Amino acid sequence: MNQHRAAFAQALPFPLSAAQGSVARFATPLVIVILAILFLILPALRAHAAMNIQEVKSEKGITAWLVEDHTLPIVTMDLVFDGGTTQDPAGKEGLANLMTGLLDEGAGDLDSETFQVQLDDAGAEMSFDAQRDGIHGSMRLLSERQNAAFDLVRLAVNRPRFDKEPVERIRAQLLSEIIANEREPHVIAELAWLRRLYGTHPYSRPPEGTKQSLAHITPADLSAFHKTAFGRDGLHVAVVGDIDAKALSARLDQLFGDLPQKQALAPVSDVTPKLGGWTLVKSALPQTSLPQTSLQLAFPGIGRSDPEFYAAQLINNILGGSPFTSRLFQEVREKRGLAYGVSSSLEGYQHSNTLVVTTSTRADRAAETLDLIRQVIKELVDTGPTSAELEASKKYLIGAYAINNLGSSSSISATLVELQLDNLGTDYIQRRPALIEQVTLDQVRAAAKKLLSAEPAIMVVGPPLGGKG
Amino acid sequence: MAFVTTAPVLAANDDIKATNFLLDNGMEVVVIPDNRAPIVTHMVWYKIGSADEPPGKSGIAHFVEHLMFKAATINHAAGECDRAVAEIGGSHNAFTSQDYTAFYETVAPPALEQMMSFEADRMFNLSITDDDIKTERDVIIEERRSRIDNDPQAVLGEAVDATLWQNQPYRIPVIGWMQEMEKLDWSDARAFYDKYYTPNNAVLVVAGDVAPETVKALAEKTYGTVPAAPGLTRIRPVEPGQNTKRTVTLTDARVSVPNFSTHWVVPSYRTAERGEAEALDLLAEILGGGTRSRLYQQLVVKQGIAAEAGAHFEGTMLDASYFSIHGSPRGDAKLADIEAAVDAEIARIARDGVTSDELDKAKDRYVRSVIFAHEQQDSIASMYGSTLATGGNLKDVEERPDRIRKVTADQVKAVAARYLVSDHSTTGYLLPLLPNTEN
Repeated sequence: MNQHRAAFAQALPFPLSAAQGSVARFATPLVIVILAILFLILPALRAHAAMNIQEVKSEKGITAWLVEDHTLPIVTMDLVFDGGTTQDPAGKEGLANLMTGLLDEGAGDLDSETFQVQLDDAGAEMSFDAQRDGIHGSMRLLSERQNAAFDLVRLAVNRPRFDKEPVERIRAQLLSEIIANEREPHVIAELAWLRRLYGTHPYSRPPEGTKQSLAHITPADLSAFHKTAFGRDGLHVAVVGDIDAKALSARLDQLFGDLPQKQALAPVSDVTPKLGGWTLVKSALPQTSLPQTSLQLAFPGIGRSDPEFYAAQLINNILGGSPFTSRLFQEVREKRGLAYGVSSSLEGYQHSNTLVVTTSTRADRAAETLDLIRQVIKELVDTGPTSAELEASKKYLIGAYAINNLGSSSSISATLVELQLDNLGTDYIQRRPALIEQVTLDQVRAAAKKLLSAEPAIMVVGPPLGGKG
Repeated sequence: MAFVTTAPVLAANDDIKATNFLLDNGMEVVVIPDNRAPIVTHMVWYKIGSADEPPGKSGIAHFVEHLMFKAATINHAAGECDRAVAEIGGSHNAFTSQDYTAFYETVAPPALEQMMSFEADRMFNLSITDDDIKTERDVIIEERRSRIDNDPQAVLGEAVDATLWQNQPYRIPVIGWMQEMEKLDWSDARAFYDKYYTPNNAVLVVAGDVAPETVKALAEKTYGTVPAAPGLTRIRPVEPGQNTKRTVTLTDARVSVPNFSTHWVVPSYRTAERGEAEALDLLAEILGGGTRSRLYQQLVVKQGIAAEAGAHFEGTMLDASYFSIHGSPRGDAKLADIEAAVDAEIARIARDGVTSDELDKAKDRYVRSVIFAHEQQDSIASMYGSTLATGGNLKDVEERPDRIRKVTADQVKAVAARYLVSDHSTTGYLLPLLPNTEN
């Protein structure tokens, strides 16, 4: 883990696409794009391009979504177990994250070294990631060596070993990262921001834990966590590539058939983020002033299953979601050159939702930038978008889906597993354009009022606004 | 476990075989058929980057890239292209490096002609106002603050480049030095644009669900009408022999775990003798390419002194390039311990070479990464575009896996011994600003 290929970025991409906050500053030169599917805005293409999503059910009752594509000798698979970092016990924050870092570090009869050598020989890539609401796994493998590759996935998911050496090594790497970030203002700010919005709710926890909590995690904790989190009733699977339904069905039982039927998750309550008020984070040491001030504003969000979700998506797109044409981009960057990037996004989680606006600007114009952002938002609430803006936004949201979400085998499988998490059916991609089309101007204006009238939580990273630092 | 040959997998690449042709005005066109989905990636690569900038005008290549997006043309109002792309749900962007500048759009095939028409138009008809210059200059200045000044690692990186390269313009940051960026104006941009944004200095790469004949017809209709300009020769100052060991240190209050990286000047794919760049790619993989690499296994797993360690070779450059290694201590280990251990691993390869087993596995990983790259149209289009923009041709891309397969253990040992010499290197240290920290 944490392999840095190059120490320094070489190519400079033009604007940050809808990148969020400071973590995305070094966006890769090319946004992930292309390969598949279904362009519903262009009816002539439908016959040629309809993506066929099959729901595959195994003998033991495990289901997965499958898109067959035999063009390349590759299979990609994405899986999610419900739960995630919200399941870390108090005092053992970082447990889910540490466990996921150890799944490819020895399993079954294979120690870490042997497991990794075999994974390499099998021509496969495997990675796991603990997120707030789930543990995500992602694999890419060469179909001609799939027997060996799938067998290693089976071992990793069912029988991780948590041997002493890899546990200590990965723990030390995570500790090193935590220490490395201790004085980084943007990392400090992110933690302060989470505490401000979520108080003591599990969403306020740092996913990687703290120095103290990491030190307290034992191999027994890791095994116990694995047992409670990896159950078949909380499993979601999507597969794309060079494999058919029959073969996948058998694979599903091989991979997951021996897992416990049920997860044993701790309940997590819904939380309304605490908005209003300011969070100010200055530089780590007083003698170092930051060259830029970062601004972040949080407004109320909207649940994925809310009937007004599409109206909210459209208003977000008009405000700051669309990479070049949004109002914020036009006003803050194009007309005034105040920032390199400015964007808004709907951040939806299982237990809370927000709409977040972010930008970074020169310290002496940060107050002006914040005022401008608030003025753009107020205008949108007061007068609403124009019907031309709404139409353009609908076209963008409908057309961009295929390019942003279905552009390669790996992004298709990641998208399909997200659709399952959102309880959307296999026909969702066909239904989606109509759901967006039918939103009216009145509904979008109502959504603007509902989300953007509230007094936001505001965070400033840098010197206090208006001062010279 | 026995090594499995990937020959059948390589054969699959024949389905995605590129073709190329020249327009009458000298613009090269490459078409990579990919009929898996009705999506097409359209990229225009200009053989021009920051290393081609005139003295005192650092950042002008990147600034012109921004102005291409920002500005109106004689035929289109400002923002019209953005709206046209947004309207069909397409995506578009651009990037600048030392050796090339590229613009791209990803759209449904029926929109390809419109995209080609927009790109051909702004290749010749750019129209800039004073306001465009002023606001966009502020944007690139904020971009510099975001990318470089905000990040101690990036600030150090700039200083390392400026120290590694003594004469070659790779020493100058792509984004530019702040004090020069602040003075860039329209006459600088205009001169750069007029000189380099010409069809005979560009390569068009189209990958996706479109036939080569269609691309040819559309390219003739759009780019074909742009007049050629006098041909360009890229004149670059040449690097003298490296004969000193240099260090650069940055101490910063935001840093709490130190790290270091060492860089050497080495040949790129364009400047190397046959087989040398391939050997450097495999050396980077074997020495520090991931968790199976020697640096990771020795420093992170066996000795347990490093939090991370790795190596990188940048092969796709017009002129000489660099090879780098980096590492960061874990626990109580000192930066000097990591450096010494890395030096020992390099010395071991230069002295004893690599085993045939680790060489075969490194080759296997390399070929696998090429196969996985085919999964994404933009990755495969970029592979062709960057190679052609730095003096390579189609064969160089297509034969790369075979050339990698042919590298011998002796060649890997030879490039390690020849190039990774500590007396001729540049090392950057990033250190915490703490009185009680020794390093």
